[in-house]
Amino acid sequence: MARVLLFGRLSDIAGWREKTLEPAPARLSELRALLAADDAVLGEALAAPGVQVALDQVLVRDDAALSARSEVAFLPPMSGG
Amino acid sequence: MISLTDQGFDPGPLLSGFCRGRAETGAVASFTGLARAEGGETRILELEAYPGFTEAQIGAIAETARTRFDLQDLMIVHRIGQIAPGEPVVFVATAASHRRAAFEACDYLMDYLKSRAPFWKKEHGPEGARWVEPRTQDHEDIARWA
Repeated sequence: MARVLLFGRLSDIAGWREKTLEPAPARLSELRALLAADDAVLGEALAAPGVQVALDQVLVRDDAALSARSEVAFLPPMSGG
Repeated sequence: MISLTDQGFDPGPLLSGFCRGRAETGAVASFTGLARAEGGETRILELEAYPGFTEAQIGAIAETARTRFDLQDLMIVHRIGQIAPGEPVVFVATAASHRRAAFEACDYLMDYLKSRAPFWKKEHGPEGARWVEPRTQDHEDIARWA
């Protein structure tokens, strides 16, 4: 089971903030493909430049292997302060 | 100390507390960011964080600042949730032996909080809501520290 979290405008686009995928996809690229197959607009938004991915709360730049209990967060451009 | 809070805060007592017991410090600089009304365009500012990850990322930014500016101490308080115009959004204080380091570290921390800390900001106004993304100015500001 992989936990997917969306932040900022991504959760507005998807209409959800958190989702679990059962069984967990083996790789981040497979997880992206699953989400895009379900919602093409979201798939495109997740692939947009400036959207970063945190796997188990660590930023990852490339494709990565997922475990059965991975937490994958999609992070649009950050804006604090 | 780094903290996120969904409650309003008063920067005065935070600064007084931060200054207390510092016989060897010499310089404390602080910055308080307030939510802007944008001429009525923003009625509520909503800030979202990623619990755990946001604190960890700010912690890493703070550690870099501590080393780079040889800080004795620093404090960051950041609001999350719904914030009304005029209310403090962020408070940063830095303590160093001399003023230049304290000023610069405060400036550095704010630039990084603006576009590198995991927060997402939504402005709710009379015409609906919109997500705020870093502006060109924010990218230029952070580039000064490269």
